[in-house]
Amino acid sequence: MAGFLDAVLLQAGYNAGLVTIGATLLGFAAGMAGTFLFLRKRALVSDAMAHATLPGIALAFLVMVAFGGDGRNLAGLLLGAGASALIGLYLVDWIVRRTRLAEDAAIGAVLSVFFGFGVVLLTVIQSLDRGRQAGLEDFLLGATAGMLMQDAVLIAVGGALVVALIVILRRPMTLVAFDPGHAAALGLRVGRIDLAMMGLVMAITVIGLTLVGLILIIALLIIPPVTARFWTDRVARMLLIAGCVGGAAGYLGAALSATAPDLPTGPIIVLIAAGLFTFSLFFVPRRGVLAAVLARRRFQARVHWRQGLLSLARAEPIHDPLTLRILRAAGAIRPDGVATDKGRALAAKSLRDERRWDIARAIHQDTALTGRYDGLTPIEEVFTADQIADFDARIGPPQPVGAV
Amino acid sequence: MPERLRLAADDGAMLGDHADAAHAALSVRGMTVSYGEKPALFSVDATFPIGAMSAIIGPNGAGKSTFLKAALGLVPMVSGEVQFFGLPLARARGRIAYVPQRASVDWDFPTTVIDVVLMGRYRSLGLLRRVGRAEMALAQEALARVGMEGFATRQIGQLSGGQQQRVFLARALAQQADLYLLDEPFAGVDAATERAIIAVLKDLNAAGKSVIAVHHDLSTVVDYFDHVFMVNVRAMAQGPVPEAFTTAALSQTYGGRLGAGQLDQLHPARS
Repeated sequence: MAGFLDAVLLQAGYNAGLVTIGATLLGFAAGMAGTFLFLRKRALVSDAMAHATLPGIALAFLVMVAFGGDGRNLAGLLLGAGASALIGLYLVDWIVRRTRLAEDAAIGAVLSVFFGFGVVLLTVIQSLDRGRQAGLEDFLLGATAGMLMQDAVLIAVGGALVVALIVILRRPMTLVAFDPGHAAALGLRVGRIDLAMMGLVMAITVIGLTLVGLILIIALLIIPPVTARFWTDRVARMLLIAGCVGGAAGYLGAALSATAPDLPTGPIIVLIAAGLFTFSLFFVPRRGVLAAVLARRRFQARVHWRQGLLSLARAEPIHDPLTLRILRAAGAIRPDGVATDKGRALAAKSLRDERRWDIARAIHQDTALTGRYDGLTPIEEVFTADQIADFDARIGPPQPVGAV
Repeated sequence: MPERLRLAADDGAMLGDHADAAHAALSVRGMTVSYGEKPALFSVDATFPIGAMSAIIGPNGAGKSTFLKAALGLVPMVSGEVQFFGLPLARARGRIAYVPQRASVDWDFPTTVIDVVLMGRYRSLGLLRRVGRAEMALAQEALARVGMEGFATRQIGQLSGGQQQRVFLARALAQQADLYLLDEPFAGVDAATERAIIAVLKDLNAAGKSVIAVHHDLSTVVDYFDHVFMVNVRAMAQGPVPEAFTTAALSQTYGGRLGAGQLDQLHPARS
């Protein structure tokens, strides 16, 4: 625990501090970039793109070794990753446009073929006796042990650039994600905006390779926006919340993984993000699972209350235990099941409202209004007092009901 | 045979010069659009007058929506030329508002009603300008015109189909355009919404704006519109409703799909 606190407060050593800062920035940028990916429904395309970086990394290593280096220049490796990701992205697009295959099939094909090719290249590299090949496979799941100042700077600068571009492009990207046809009619170049969005996602993928690796980067792009979606109905807020969820996951995940020697940073970041998602899924107000269960129970209680009152009004016997419990709790019936004065008054009102609805349906042409009858909506919410007085005039004077 | 039925076949000369095109809200010449090898529209010529309420009618799959989309550059044309107010699309965009079919978007999208209406202001807001009081007032007014002022902060998925259609119309109103292109604005909406929408469109029209709507309900063509364009892959007939909306043109456009009895009911001023 002390170790975790140290790490949270960036006191766990130089390397751990760098990793924590880098992971926070990466998480924030990834959450924001992922928001548009999610809204445009291109999440899986980015997964294919991430897997397509592997052969590029391996080929870049081979090229650099062939030119006499040790093959471990990070910029060179990331350049290769970006280039092959671009090819993968283009291939998915080409397959969808030029063949009868749907996008999911194209994604599956490109993802597995590129990844398979990359793994083969890695195996070949392991058998070479030139270059410093150890640790190349760290790009699969990320590794933080050897993180250098320059890696952290790369993540910080790259992440800040991505965030700035998202802020600038948020309006056109929102328009295109919501209604591409309307956006195009306004004169927006939908293709270019989509390209810019995928470019931003690719930048996140490439700079995230060292930290979380190519297999898990999709999680950092997608979990924050779907978490944020629970908390808001507006894109601008969703962007901010997704950024914060990603940032928090990066920060806490990196700090946690610094507390024990062999905890893998990337997977822990992803698990923390998943924890935030799960929490939101259950406990968010209104949209969450818990809120839905509670709303359902409240609705059920209203139905039973209403049915109970109508049964009282018609002097029908009530057997349903839930109905009895609700009526009793509200003081509409005595413990022995006999209606109280209050219960009789409420029952009379319910029955009267039913008659008012019958009249409304008979005399009103506006089906949008009479269609709102569902047995629960109070008639006062739909019709004005004058209209209801008119219905009452047609019904006649009130009659006592349920007298025992 | 009605006296001045204009069939596309003998109509070619009408669009001959640019002076004519300049007097049209939308003029199209030789538009061919193809999905794969089968043309959805073949060599279509059409002219929609400025200040008219125009309907595009035709059977399902006749290319009505495609016609609008191709005119707006949303689907590529194999060949053809399109002019709005005598100008190419790129120079007329600011004067055109488009209302797509309601089913074309995901209504779960995290956006509120007022945010959708503000999307209509994008051309003046651009990338970075903040939404000021004037822009907000414009959006609110557009909402009020379609009777949705009380719904500004609702998430759009909570609306009924008719309300969603009205929000789409409000977004177009916020664009303050001269020409409104609507794709099946009355499809799947309740009667109250249909009345509200047609009232707004007639107001626009009274203010000198041009309206072109893809329409599917032949029984309301005479009431709602004053110009009609009939299409079934080819342009079949067009002109003012009293002259062009004839049984002969309808049966040619719809083929055997309309019974003679139906046709009789549609046209009140049948000769």
